[in-house]
Amino acid sequence: MAGYVPHSAEERQEMLKAIGISSVDELYSAVPQSVKLKNLHLPDGMAEMEVKKRMKQLAEKNTVFSSVFRGAGVYHHYIPSIVKAIIAKEEFLTAYTPYQPEISQGLLQGIFEFQTMICELTGMETANASVYDGACAAAEAVAMCCDAKRNKALVSETVHPMTLETIRTYCKGSGVELVTVKTKNGITDLAAMEETLSGEYGCVYIQQPNYFGMIEPTQEIGKMAKKTDTKYIMGIHPISCVLLKSPGECGADIAVGEGQPLGLPMAFGGALLGFMACSKQMTRKLPGRIVGLTADAAGKRAFVLTMQAREQHIRREKASSNICSNQAHNALAASVYLSAMGIKGLRSAAEQCVSKAHYAARQIGKVNGFSLVYPGEFFNEFLTYCPTDTGVLIKALKKRGILGGYPVEDKILWCVTECNTKKEIDLLADTIKEVCGK
Amino acid sequence: MKLIFEKSSAGHGTDYLPKCDVEPYSFPAELCREHPLVLPETEEAAVSRHYTELARQVYGVNDGFYPLGSCTMKYNPKINEELAGLEGFAEIHPLQPVETVQGCLETMYTAQQYFCEITGMDGMSLQPAAGAQGEFAGLLMIKAYHLSRGDMKRIKIIIPDSAHGTNPASCAMAGFEVVNIKSNAKGCVDMKTLKNLADDTVAGMMLTNPNTVGIFEENILEITQIIHNAGGLLYYDGANLNAIAGVVRPGDMGFDVIHLNLHKTFSAPHGGGGPGAGPVGCKEPLLPFLPAPVVKAASEGFDWAEPSQSVGRIKMFYGHFPVIVKALTYVLTLGAEGIREMSETAVLNANYLKNLLKECFDTAYEGYCMHEFVLTLEKLKKEKGVSALDIAKALLDEHMHPPTMYFPLIVSEALMLEPTETESKTDIEEAAKKLTAVYRKAKEQPEMFHDLPLTTPVCRPDEAVAARNPVLRYFSRIER
Repeated sequence: MAGYVPHSAEERQEMLKAIGISSVDELYSAVPQSVKLKNLHLPDGMAEMEVKKRMKQLAEKNTVFSSVFRGAGVYHHYIPSIVKAIIAKEEFLTAYTPYQPEISQGLLQGIFEFQTMICELTGMETANASVYDGACAAAEAVAMCCDAKRNKALVSETVHPMTLETIRTYCKGSGVELVTVKTKNGITDLAAMEETLSGEYGCVYIQQPNYFGMIEPTQEIGKMAKKTDTKYIMGIHPISCVLLKSPGECGADIAVGEGQPLGLPMAFGGALLGFMACSKQMTRKLPGRIVGLTADAAGKRAFVLTMQAREQHIRREKASSNICSNQAHNALAASVYLSAMGIKGLRSAAEQCVSKAHYAARQIGKVNGFSLVYPGEFFNEFLTYCPTDTGVLIKALKKRGILGGYPVEDKILWCVTECNTKKEIDLLADTIKEVCGK
Repeated sequence: MKLIFEKSSAGHGTDYLPKCDVEPYSFPAELCREHPLVLPETEEAAVSRHYTELARQVYGVNDGFYPLGSCTMKYNPKINEELAGLEGFAEIHPLQPVETVQGCLETMYTAQQYFCEITGMDGMSLQPAAGAQGEFAGLLMIKAYHLSRGDMKRIKIIIPDSAHGTNPASCAMAGFEVVNIKSNAKGCVDMKTLKNLADDTVAGMMLTNPNTVGIFEENILEITQIIHNAGGLLYYDGANLNAIAGVVRPGDMGFDVIHLNLHKTFSAPHGGGGPGAGPVGCKEPLLPFLPAPVVKAASEGFDWAEPSQSVGRIKMFYGHFPVIVKALTYVLTLGAEGIREMSETAVLNANYLKNLLKECFDTAYEGYCMHEFVLTLEKLKKEKGVSALDIAKALLDEHMHPPTMYFPLIVSEALMLEPTETESKTDIEEAAKKLTAVYRKAKEQPEMFHDLPLTTPVCRPDEAVAARNPVLRYFSRIER
């Protein structure tokens, strides 16, 4: 029989005998006879060799593109080989949440370093050990800010639609009223926001760069939120924030975001990595695991999970969230990525993203009808018109091994990263011209 | 150990990217970051050594016996990682055209079907990121179901006092009122109390079966009937599925909604605290409310589907896809017979260990256990002043991961043990010897127990100081 059960038939007999029974069935005597299963309708078990073949066949049914110009939430960035090598270490992979600090210092210190790196990137004072993904981080951040007195959340329509949907779902549970601010010229309509904001709102949520790739006036929004004492949540792309004003500089109370660009593969959209950082005042409202520094009896530096009075296993229905796992293994990948890339490497990635995106926008823009939809600054994504049916263009690009931009209605949202070479961008522009140019 | 920041020196580092081959673009100054960025500046060799040093101070399933009750720390087959990392899975963008991701969709569809068969459910959404998120999604489905029938007064969820902390926390997030139900002397749901509580304000009941004390609720059919008769629904917390998969199905016991923990029952590794995965499944009447999207079989291949009255999206994209690949790999390997053998062996191992310990330790509840059991050290604490925590810490010196401590909350000085099916007879006997030796020593020399462990990289950290005066990050410079 396939599987990982270690007992021989004799050992099994000895164990049964020791317990004083003749068959395992006796251990299940509390299970009502009427619902006991005869057999599962599943295929027979397979040998590892066969399983590998079957799963490889499935993987081969997918198309791996040699050139990716699509983002919209998940990004194709370069991952140094060391990231994969480190996270493959079995100790990191097979450990549980570090409840026993004496034998978990490696994990705990790794999380403490991750928290520090997230604080540095965002310019905030405290970070947690991570949550499921950027959308969940946004939803959890909204929950941190709203209460019975301030029971409304204001979210810009320029955020990723899936983030908006996730916040909406979480609000269904909490009863927080979600209000959206409309878009003007590809960014949040500031006048509409100012008109809406009031003391009823617990928070404002803005994504920087926004879903269309555009740079939001995050400092102005911060000032606006202050006027009504509304908490300001910024969702950021962690690589863009090397160049752009950090949430801390914009007056944000909470910074969240999707950490996938920091060393995680696209992997069909997950597992991702949500990060959350906040001001000192809001620290005790943060959900999830937090690691703190302390010392052992001998005065030796030690790390522990701390401030657990916020958490579900202690507070039950009064907890700040139901979350118990974080994305520890993915947070580790991000830490290794940031350690390996360093300041220089990360800045280079950011500069290449913005430079190559602008080059691509110029090249694509040369084709008739492919001009930018919005004026203004963008980072590594931009929206263009598409005079041809988007499906036809995407299919034509696919033939050349190119994953084209993401169709948004009749327009296309392009994404360019450091991975895209000038040659690739030129091939992209040439192909667009061939298919759509007149 | 030094922090990576303490190994950093300005200007150092390894280059991974080529030079930019297009004209540089700079943002206008008013948009630019002024706040200095501090990250480690170290060569790759130093980074590699740093994390190798950290790894040496982590205890994983591969380091030894890991009987952490309620967590199902079974062996994680190595094939899992290799297959999840295949280029055809890892390098796929989630928004690729549907005809270019048929392999991913078939993987998800097959997983949905198999999980439905194993649990007796009619549909499954793989979206939830973890068990806790599966609970949240499932509770929102229960809420949406009642509201869709115009039944507005069902605001309560009944939860046993032995339940995992996530259960009441998820209820609160989903906007329900929690009604705790006391367990009886056998550790099970008290039927009389349940009958009194079940009225038309009850939206449902959350239950783990076997429950968190490791006992199968023998009145399960009556329990589900009482709740159903009162118009409520039954939620199955899949944390303990490793005891019964292939033996009995939650759907057949009368459960309407469930979540699975793929990182427990289905061998995906815990990763030091995630990512796991917590698919949510349901019976036919609740199908319209599943989180969107789910995968359906189309006339040609597979496609996405949006359940008609979906509770919505609970995260980005479609769930933890690599974890789903690992779980499917596991189910394909085990097959129908193997899954049954998995559960039966988990239960056999737990009973074998419990039997080996019974001379020495007091078990919290009598009778056969399922895949885990709870010891109570109340007597030892009272007589010798040695607590469950002290015993757990002493085990660290024996190179064994301690059991779960102080859970469930209804047992005082609790230690909860779950050996799982992948531990051999010899491993279990060794563990029993260690536990027994530690216990005997505690009786003879109780005074020395409060300072253990002595051989670990650090001794007991001062948790009170950490909480009172939180230092949650490293500072490399003097702050404002």
